[in-house]
Amino acid sequence: MSVVSELQQLRKAPKGERRKHKDNKPGHLFLLPWTLGLFGITLFPMAASLYLAFTDYNLLQTPEWIGMENITRMIGDDRLHNSIQVTFTYVFVGVPIQLAVSLAIAMLLDRGMRALPFYRSVFYLPSMLGSSVAIAVLWRQIFGHSGLINQVLEMVGIEGRGWVSSPDTALSTLIILHVWTFGAPMVIFLAGLRQIPDMYYEAASIDGASRFKQFFAITIPLLTPIIFFNLVLQLIGAFQNFTQAFVVSGGSGGPADSTLFYTLYLYQQGFNRFDMGYASAMAWLLVLIISAITVINFWLSKYWVHYDD
Amino acid sequence: MRSTSPRKRGMKAVIKHILMVLASLVMIYPLLWMLVSSLRPNDLIFREPGILLTTLEFNNYVQGWNALSHPFSHFLMNSAIVVFGSILANLVSCSMAAYAFARLDFKFKKPMFALMLLTIMLPVHVVIIPQYILFSNLGWVNTFLPLIVPKMLATDAFFIFLMIQFIRGIPKDLDEAARIDGAGHIRIFLQVILPLMVPALATTTIFTFMWTWNDLFSQLIFLTSPDMYTVPLALSAFIDSTGESNWGGMFAMSIVSILPLFLIFLFGQRFLIKGMATTGIK
Repeated sequence: MSVVSELQQLRKAPKGERRKHKDNKPGHLFLLPWTLGLFGITLFPMAASLYLAFTDYNLLQTPEWIGMENITRMIGDDRLHNSIQVTFTYVFVGVPIQLAVSLAIAMLLDRGMRALPFYRSVFYLPSMLGSSVAIAVLWRQIFGHSGLINQVLEMVGIEGRGWVSSPDTALSTLIILHVWTFGAPMVIFLAGLRQIPDMYYEAASIDGASRFKQFFAITIPLLTPIIFFNLVLQLIGAFQNFTQAFVVSGGSGGPADSTLFYTLYLYQQGFNRFDMGYASAMAWLLVLIISAITVINFWLSKYWVHYDD
Repeated sequence: MRSTSPRKRGMKAVIKHILMVLASLVMIYPLLWMLVSSLRPNDLIFREPGILLTTLEFNNYVQGWNALSHPFSHFLMNSAIVVFGSILANLVSCSMAAYAFARLDFKFKKPMFALMLLTIMLPVHVVIIPQYILFSNLGWVNTFLPLIVPKMLATDAFFIFLMIQFIRGIPKDLDEAARIDGAGHIRIFLQVILPLMVPALATTTIFTFMWTWNDLFSQLIFLTSPDMYTVPLALSAFIDSTGESNWGGMFAMSIVSILPLFLIFLFGQRFLIKGMATTGIK
């Protein structure tokens, strides 16, 4: 049961017939804080940011309506295009690798494994600490000029380089950091693997199916809803990554904009330069990109995700 | 039913364990190395990839603690206030909303539920700019209010969802019985449902702790005066002020900053992993 399947169910459910609702008053009372939040902190700000996206606004003067100017500016903004490219590379390389690793480790940990809680904790720990500034600080050192990686390379006689200070490799170090935090999807995979009845595998091995075949004929098909769920959420999450790029590059997105994540560029425009109109337009583009990818994901899921019913 | 002999299976298990131990080492090596480096003199950090401690040097901790405009305890305190406020706010407002969605029948429930699910996936960036303008007009920038008040209004919808899932698992007979005894919804919520949903509340507490403690983005936006800095801001200011010259102090304070997370992890593991596995987010 996940947010994803809940949404799918809601779409499938028949239209409710008109009838009396018995708990109208207590219902809305219990929901009051949330309703206030929905309108005051979510919907109203969304409308405001949609409006601001068509204005020039620096916090001090009143917003000035400039129509499509922010959008044409976005079309001509090379740094923006670069930040989209950086983010896409990060998301579409980092997420699949992370999911593959988390599934592989979950498979290894699944059946008849002793000391499972120990391993599970060890693999989960990085994903819990991974989004902290402390880990970003650590990464900056590990992949720095005199960092851990180069110290190890030196021992085997390879000359290192400044991994985070070179535009060719800086983004890769952040992708490695993302992959390293595979514990969260792994735990979800583990829960999914537990749901597959043992007898399927027993029946298959009586029929003489190899491990390899069992994996593709039983494990993967039965796991597709979980794979889909992890994919949707990891994609949405990865698009919004900020902390690591901010800390590792000292807020600049450097070297040479190679780690200028979309969110980081948005932060720079909005909160360093107080170019609130442009930043709002950027925020809406981000929402559109994430929604489009999520919708495509749901649409594609019809072709590869199998539900029991 | 598998045809392998016990001996062969034993061998396989041994190989598997060796692999897993190696993988585990790779996973936690950077963390161990950071811990060890924080206890080493600065010049050793730059040429010691191993994790054997030859000297025990606490100077990094002393020196890092006092490297910024305030002692590090000040930032820990600020983070503690934000985290504690956020936890309390989430527990109260999300459990109320969850009770309504899981147990009550009211008008507009379905569209509201759908909206609630959608807000879970909404990027914060699309609301952060108007929120900033709003809070700055209210004079709330450089206070902890912008970080806590939204949570009082149940904007962390993920926890509502988590609690709904949990409440759905509580037998309805219990509320019916209380109803027959004359209890209203407030009493059923407080005296029947809340005590039974302690595991969900614990999960919420732990996740709120983790996410708020680590959250750089919104703290960076709403807290700009060093007086109000929280731990993530202090650490990131540390880099700015000392550059690459003081890794020892930076690592020492990094260790201090993740220690609370680590403790929460140790004590709350059961809830954390269950909460993740059943509702699975992040």
